[in-house]
Order: sequence, then C-alpha cells, then structure tokens
Amino acid sequence: MTNRSISEWRLEVRNLAVSYGTRSIQHDLDFSVRPRSIFAIMGGSGCGKSTVLRALVGLLRPAAGAILVDGEDYWAADETRHADIGRRFGVLFQSGALWSSMTVAENVALPLRMFTDLSNDAIGILVGLKLSFVGLAAAADRMPAELSGGMRKRAGLARALALDPEVLFFDEPSAGLDPITSRRLDDLILELSHGFGATVVIVSHELPSLFAICDDGVFLDAETKTAIAHGSPRSLRDHCDHPTVRAFMDREQLVAAPAGGLPS
Amino acid sequence: MRILTNSNASVDLGGGEDGSRTPLWHSDRCGAATTLRLSGDWTARETGVRTASEVHRILDDAGATTLRIDTSDIGAWDSALIAFLTMLRDAAANGTTRIDGSEAPEAARRLLALTATSLETIDEEKPPISFLTRIGEAYYGALAEAVEIAALVGNTALRAAAAFVRRCQTRAADVAVLVREAGPGALAIVAVVNCLIGAILAFVGAMQLRKFGAGIYVANLVGIAVVREMAAIGTAIVMAGRTGGAYAAHLATMQGNEEIDALNVLGVRIFDFLILPRVAALVAMMPLLYLYGAVTGLAGGFAVSLATLDLTPAQFIGQLRDALDLTQFAIGLTKSVCFAVLVALAACQIGLKAGRSAAAVGHAATSAVVAGIVGVIALDAIFAICANALGI
Repeated sequence: MTNRSISEWRLEVRNLAVSYGTRSIQHDLDFSVRPRSIFAIMGGSGCGKSTVLRALVGLLRPAAGAILVDGEDYWAADETRHADIGRRFGVLFQSGALWSSMTVAENVALPLRMFTDLSNDAIGILVGLKLSFVGLAAAADRMPAELSGGMRKRAGLARALALDPEVLFFDEPSAGLDPITSRRLDDLILELSHGFGATVVIVSHELPSLFAICDDGVFLDAETKTAIAHGSPRSLRDHCDHPTVRAFMDREQLVAAPAGGLPS
Repeated sequence: MRILTNSNASVDLGGGEDGSRTPLWHSDRCGAATTLRLSGDWTARETGVRTASEVHRILDDAGATTLRIDTSDIGAWDSALIAFLTMLRDAAANGTTRIDGSEAPEAARRLLALTATSLETIDEEKPPISFLTRIGEAYYGALAEAVEIAALVGNTALRAAAAFVRRCQTRAADVAVLVREAGPGALAIVAVVNCLIGAILAFVGAMQLRKFGAGIYVANLVGIAVVREMAAIGTAIVMAGRTGGAYAAHLATMQGNEEIDALNVLGVRIFDFLILPRVAALVAMMPLLYLYGAVTGLAGGFAVSLATLDLTPAQFIGQLRDALDLTQFAIGLTKSVCFAVLVALAACQIGLKAGRSAAAVGHAATSAVVAGIVGVIALDAIFAICANALGI
C-alpha cells in the first residue's frame, strides 16, 4: 500500500546462528520472506523458534550470520539506524506484554506519542481506529489487568499496529486461547495483514492456524539445531517426507482420526 | 456545481520533507451526487491525520447527496486514510449524506469493514460512587484490615508454636537461605548506620555537656541512648528498608506469577511455607544485629568522645560500665524481637495482598517499607510509655 520500494525479499536470513552464551540454539539458518506473505516459523516446543524470533525483532544479537531487512543488514546498522528499522516492525508478544500501569488506549498511544509528531487529537483518532480494528474500542479505558487473555492479546495486536508496521511478528498468537478465540485472532491477522499489505512472521506450533493462514515457512528441528524443511505448512503436510516433520504434521491426524470415528 | 477543497486550508503536514505528497481532498458537488476526490499520500507518520472538522465540512457541503469517494489518484496510504473514511462513515450515519465507498481500494474496504464489527460489547461502566459510599467503604475496609492483622498475629503465634513441635510445612532450607540474606548480608550497612548514630550522639552530647564541665557524662548519654533506643530502632529501620521491601516484592511477584495459587491448590499452608520462614529468619537475626549494632554504635561514640574531650579510654569505659547494666540490653533485645516480627509480618501481609501487575509490585515494596518504618517508631513509643510506667 505504501510506495516504499519493494525489493524481492522483505526479510532475508543468511547463515544465522543464535545462542545463549555458549549454548547454541539454532545455526545455519537460511530463509527469505516475501513481502506481504504470511511466513511461519514452525517446530516443536523448545526447538528455538522464539529465540530466532528474538533475533529477527532485534532483541538478541545473532552469534553469526546476517538478517537483511529490505536488503539492509539489520544487526550491522548503527544504533539509530537499527532503531529506525526496528520501528517498522510490530511485535505481538506471547501474553500481550501490555504495560500494566497504563490503560489500553495509553498502551496503543505510547508508540505514537514517542515516535511521531502527531497532535493529541490525531493520536486519539488513530488509537480509536486501531482499537476498533481489534474490536476493543469499548475497552479503551480499561487497565490490562481487567482484560481476559484473548482481549489482552488483541490489545497487544492493536499496539503492534500503532505505527503501521511493514512487518508484523507474532509469538505464539494462539497460545492460551480457546479454539474459537484463536480462530478469530487468525482471521483478524489475515484481514489486517491483507488490508495494510504488511508482511507477517508467525512463530507457532498450532497446526490449525498454521494451515489456515500461512503461505510460506521454515521448519526448525531441535535435534540437529537447524532448519530441516522449507515451504508452506500445507505443502509440508502434503509433500514433506522428513520423519520429524511428518511426526509434527501428523499429530493433528492422530488426534483428529479417533475423534472423527467416535459416535457423536 | 460547487467545489470545496482542503488545498488552501492550513493542513497539519507533519513532515513532508521525505518526498511525501500532501494529502488532498477535493469535493465536487454536482446535482444529487458529490464526488470526493482524494489524492496525495495519506500516511499517518509522514503527512498526519485529517481532523473531524474537515470531515464535517465535507458532509455539510455534500448535504443530502450521495458522496462518491474517488481514490484513483491516491498515492501511498495507511491508517490515516482508514481513519478519515471511518470518521466520514460514522459522521454520515447520523446525517443525510449517503456515502458510496465502493471505489475505494479493496484492502481499505476490508479494513473499514473490520472497524464496523465489534467482537464483543463491554459491559457498561459502573455508576458513579457517592461520597458517603466512599466513607462507608473506607470504614469497612479499615475494619476488615484490623481483623486481618489480628488474625495474622494470632496465626503467627499458633503456627510458631506448631513449628516447635515440628508440625508445620516450613522447609528448613528456605529458612537457612532467608537467614543468610537477612543476617550476614546486612552486617555492613548496620555497622555503618549505627556507628554514625553513636558518633553523632557523642558529638552533640560532648558539645553541650562540656559547657557544664560534665564532659565525662557523654559516656552515659551515648551508652543509654545507643543500647536502649538507637541501636534497636536504627537496625530495625535498616532492616525494614532492606529486607522488608525485598519480602514484599518477592511475595507480590509470586502472586503475579500464580505461584501462590499453585501452593494453595496443593493445599500447602501459605502461612507455614512463606510467612513463617521470613518471620523466623528476621526474628533470629534482628537481636544479633541489634547487639552488633549496639557495639558499633558505642565504638563510634567512643571514638568521637576521645577526639573531642579530654578523656582517656579507661575513663570512658569505666563511666560506660557504671551507666549500663543488663536491663538496658534486655530492653533493647526485647524491642528488636518485636520490631522483627512487625517488619516481617507487615511486609508479608502487604506482599500477599498485592495486585498482579508490575506496578503493584512496586507499590507493595513501597508500602512495606513505609509501614515497617512507621510501625517501628510507633512501637518504640509504646515501649517508652510502658517502660516509664514500670519504672525501668
């Protein structure tokens, strides 16, 4: 939607290695994210998905390799440039990460107050708009502690959208939500990313939402500590023969098959 | 045909220096139809957000016509455009203008549709609370708190008795860690504070007593004041700030992480598991810190007395031994035990009652320190009255 130059890849990850101290989490990761695609980082619990996400959003310096944002090396940029690039990202953390001492509206307004020259009225209009996108306009003056888990996530999403980001990162968006709420959140992510033309990177192991919304992805393995498959969740489900990927993808069938066979 | 445009209006352009074009609208009324032509870049950060008054001008001008939105000339857009269209739609809903947005970009229409559907309605805000209701609530709140504090003190006595016959769920390892944190960890700060208190007392005393040629009595002054009052109070205040605050913050964070709920579900007595170890650690350490503080306080007084008066060490110590007896130490020790119970219980109670947010943790730590310090001084005043009545 914006007229900023659109390169072939929005994000490129080259030989990325992430580690905590000397403990290696993932290494030799290579993948690229097309603009406006919804990209999944998949893998079992503890394989380092969230750690890779921390490197992508700028919270954890990679041990090796590069992350290119529109062709520009994110981690090699100086501090101001690094922050500038980071401001083009919107991040939804696992439990919303709302600032607990501010109301929902103040949470969404903070990025606008800090990083734009907009007037209070303009900020008020934009905050109202972002909250109405996620269906929380009526909860603007609530404190985060008064919200349910799903509402907190949606408020977090409104805050992630505050600066009209080009790339949206989601860390386990459906974790802790019931299937209906999680489905609604998926639809919302889909609508918003299409509407704004944003690129979306999702870290998840929730198969239904991966199949429903993602059109590309990478599968991380905990054993070999690197990527073992590339492609959309659906194509990995249908065509990938790697035993780890199969075990991961078939879990749903294992659960679904007996349920379907039971008399209702 | 009537034409209205914002091109001459003073527009908040934010900053168009990076090549963004000014967002323009151009309203063209022709018969029963008005065309609203949008052009330029409608991006919130670069070119700002249109105001509600602009929206009203457009609608006032359009009157009872159909307002067709033409976005064929629009450049880059983001929330700023959606915000404008949403305001236009919402304002038109109460007026006579009909909005035809079918030519807006498809993505924009999807976003617009999203704002129209609210996922859920929030139950309505509470009615305003009257002044009398507030007073009543404060009264009952205070009453309930008094009962709670009485219950806490009673519980402490009962469970401490149970602990002596080994029938409680306190873990010795927890107590050991807490003792180490409350005791040896506090040695340096207790020494510094008490030494300075002793030195200040000696200095002020020496200045005054010297006028009467009674400089030697500075030993009595420092001895009684430090041993009976200042070492106990000073140490307790240091511990209220250092350990009381830590206890409250720790328990409040556990509350926020649902750790306390997990213990409750298991049926572990919160009192035995969390409060008693803290009370025990502080009760065990506070008297020892008091004795240590008294010694450093006397040492500070001793050093200043020798430096400011014509006294020999032997004279000072002899005078001190005449002034002090074991009763003074007993009073100080009794106080320090009571202060320890007070500081630990207040901190634990405040920590456990804290809310579940980050701000609540900070609030709990502050309240615990304030309650501890004020409580220690108030309790000391009660001790002074009792000691006076008993003639000791």
